[in-house]
Amino acid sequence: MPVSLKKTPMPCQPPEERIRNFQEVALGYTEEQARMEAERCLQCKKAPCRQGCPVEIDIPAFINFIKQGDFESAIKKIKEKNNLPAICGRVCPQENQCEKYCTLSKKGEPVAIGRLERFVADYELARGESELPTLPPPTGFKVAVVGSGPAGLTAAADLARMGHKVTVFEALHVPGGVLMYGIPEFRLPKRIVQAEVDYIRRLGVEIRTNSVVGKMVTVDELLENGYDAVFIGTGAGLPYFMGIPGENLLGVYSANEFLTRTNLMKAYLFPQYLTPIKVGERVAVIGAGNVAMDAARTALRLGAKKSMIVYRRSAEEMPARKEEVENAREEGVEFHFLTSPVEFHGDEAGWVKRMTCIRYELGEPDASGRRRPVPVPGSEYHMEADTVVIAIGQGPNPLVLRTTPGLELTKKGTIAADEETGATSRPGVFAGGDIVTGAATVILAMGAGKKAARAIDAYLREKGRRSHG
Amino acid sequence: MYRIVKKKELAKNIKLIEVEAPMVAAKAAAGQFVILRIDEPGERIPLTIADFNREQGTITMIFQEVGYTTRKLGELKEGDFLADFVGPLGQPSEIEKYGRVVCVGGGVGVAPVYPIARALKEAGNEVISIIGARNRELLILEEEMRAVSDELLVATDDGSYGRKGFVTELLDEVLRRNGRVDRVWAIGPVVMMRAVAEVTRPFGIPTIVSMNPIMVDGTGMCGACRVSVGGETKFACVDGPEFDAHLVDWDLALRRLNMYREEEAQALAYHSGEGGNCRCQ
Ligand SMILES: Cc1cc2nc3c(=O)[nH]c(=O)nc-3n(C[C@H](O)[C@H](O)[C@H](O)COP(=O)(O)OP(=O)(O)OC[C@H]3O[C@@H](n4cnc5c(N)ncnc54)[C@H](O)[C@@H]3O)c2cc1C
Ligand SMILES: Cc1cc2nc3c(=O)[nH]c(=O)nc-3n(C[C@H](O)[C@H](O)[C@H](O)COP(=O)(O)OP(=O)(O)OC[C@H]3O[C@@H](n4cnc5c(N)ncnc54)[C@H](O)[C@@H]3O)c2cc1C
Ligand code: SF4
Ligand code: SF4
Ligand code: FES
Repeated sequence: MPVSLKKTPMPCQPPEERIRNFQEVALGYTEEQARMEAERCLQCKKAPCRQGCPVEIDIPAFINFIKQGDFESAIKKIKEKNNLPAICGRVCPQENQCEKYCTLSKKGEPVAIGRLERFVADYELARGESELPTLPPPTGFKVAVVGSGPAGLTAAADLARMGHKVTVFEALHVPGGVLMYGIPEFRLPKRIVQAEVDYIRRLGVEIRTNSVVGKMVTVDELLENGYDAVFIGTGAGLPYFMGIPGENLLGVYSANEFLTRTNLMKAYLFPQYLTPIKVGERVAVIGAGNVAMDAARTALRLGAKKSMIVYRRSAEEMPARKEEVENAREEGVEFHFLTSPVEFHGDEAGWVKRMTCIRYELGEPDASGRRRPVPVPGSEYHMEADTVVIAIGQGPNPLVLRTTPGLELTKKGTIAADEETGATSRPGVFAGGDIVTGAATVILAMGAGKKAARAIDAYLREKGRRSHG
Repeated sequence: MYRIVKKKELAKNIKLIEVEAPMVAAKAAAGQFVILRIDEPGERIPLTIADFNREQGTITMIFQEVGYTTRKLGELKEGDFLADFVGPLGQPSEIEKYGRVVCVGGGVGVAPVYPIARALKEAGNEVISIIGARNRELLILEEEMRAVSDELLVATDDGSYGRKGFVTELLDEVLRRNGRVDRVWAIGPVVMMRAVAEVTRPFGIPTIVSMNPIMVDGTGMCGACRVSVGGETKFACVDGPEFDAHLVDWDLALRRLNMYREEEAQALAYHSGEGGNCRCQ
């Protein structure tokens, strides 16, 4: 039988229904669908797909187990390398990772590797407490991990599996980083994140929430007080604003605040949950990345009549994943291209009501290779909006950086760290994820956490040899 | 979980709690704050550190019951636990030997002024303190303030104790009388802090206020707490909470504080069972 050129479709909540709830949009494969999709895999000898996976999953091997209906072995295979499979299966930009290199993508659609990964991870979670790998005897070394996003969690889990004692320090009241406060419930249910975090706890990792490093304790104090190494994975949590008049009007949110109120604090369950959020009838989201799509789709679910993406470049340059743009379109999000606000106007009470926008044209390609937007003089016009969400990017939060003397930074203000090891200018201090790369992806952060764990392990063993030798 | 080891009612609707949080107590300094959450569905609310005890590892907060969360906090008892407690957040007050300083506290704002006055006194300043409240019953920390001040002046709106009138009137007199004052700290309701700024402005005295905008994370991640200072946007939770009173955009601060008025009333009504749907248990 010739291999189908198309992925087995995944069932979804229909758009008109899903915009009225916060439940997951994509429903996941059934066993039959998973096995059907697994059948498409050619089990290539060289397995080109593997080079696209930053956490080094043996993709053909786990898919082969699915083919045979042995889902337990499939998840075990994945977990040899990846401690957060239910998360990756949902939010990895697979089209730029594993699936991009799949042999099938030369002729048609690649194997739906992410969906299969999600299927077996969910299969295991549904069956209750998962099996733990055998852990090596304790090495006696202690490592502090700062930040519990995907980078920190991955480094922590891998280090624990190497026998080190790991403590994670997290500023917020729950672990998970952007997985908890940023990515919405309808794309990544929070119980899934917590189930995977629990698995990491069961590996012996201690997670201390409500612990702001740089305030409650500094990196140097951690090193002085018994930790042999520190991994910094504090992410890119600092919201950028535009710096234009009217930006502090009521109803103008940063995407971080808008999404944190909704996801972390569950404002969609207000007043049962006590954190409020205000969403008007016409919501304008400035920017067109994944964060912007999430904000625009969240606004609809919070009751907005109209949700608009306002972007100064064109559809081609949008940095968001195609799939997310598609989902947003289906749900009725409006796209306004080649335009951007230059001023916000409010009513007497100080609430935003309108924006002055200016139109743009595309000029020559810029450093990023995308055509540069050039404002069209005299093209100003008004656009009504009673809620605005600024989603133009995030930078590194300086709390840890400013309190860690001798830590070298890049021009962008991120930590200068070795790409292969995460080593920083300070011996014993490693870093990875968005705090090093700037805002990137879950899987790249995890890949960095994995490499750093390996380098930290080597550093500790070397340290051990020296102190004994 | 963070245990409440002490609780006291200081005045009607003004309560003191002392919470066990050794790591926070080890670092706490005057001018900083904590964010706490009572339980899972709860809101994260900021409260200033009114005192700390490094040996016992405790933090004291004094709060006014103004809405659902502060009322619920007021109902907790010694031995009860808070789900979350994070700090110390924000920049500490810049304590130096300035010379002669005036510390002004209005209402529950006397609480955060207290550790600042104490630190200023310890740093060798001459400290004149002015505290006020609507009436005698609502005045807090008078003895504590007296103990750390060279001079203490009291005002009540209704004249039931001390001078009848506002703290700003006493401040104006002090400034006229004393000739040189090197620095003024003022903490209280926004309208009071704004009035203090107007009193000291003609004298050109550096004046510090502690801003209390609505916050979420308290670590510079959301931007909810933005204030405009000298035309620049600042995040009060990391750049502040203390700012130069003469540069603050007060209208904006007042407006932003009232952003969720309707929702706050709704939350209170929902949980206090109006319409018979009490879910607070
Ligand atoms: C709305 C949104 C949607 C996204 N969607 C996707 C997607 O679909 N797919 C994808 O691959 N990527 C997506 N991303 C990007 C992805 O989430 C990030 O690249 C990834 O989370 C980075 O991981 P990290 O571990 O470096 O940092 P983070 O996830 O940011 O975690 C950092 C953690 O460190 C904590 N922290 C910070 N400072 C301190 C301190 N001083 N002390 C203690 N703890 C501290 C923070 O509270 C946080 O928990 C999205 C991002 C956002 C904001
Ligand atoms: C840095 C800082 C220090 C503070 N210190 C003290 C203190 O020492 N003692 C004290 O009594 N109060 C203090 N406050 C104010 C206190 O946080 C609010 O009174 C409390 O959050 C109100 O919550 P609620 O649910 O009881 O009332 P709500 O009914 O929710 O709100 C009442 C009013 O409180 C303000 N408020 C509401 N939510 C928040 C929030 N998440 N963050 C900040 N303000 C909010 C708003 O102006 C609102 O109109 C401080 C605020 C800040 C920002
Ligand atoms: S973790 Fe991501 S990149 Fe790796 S196989 Fe899974 S979906 Fe692909
Ligand atoms: S490249 Fe594609 S078809 Fe080949 S082994 Fe990997 S997933 Fe299967
Ligand atoms: S409270 Fe979120 S940035 Fe200040």
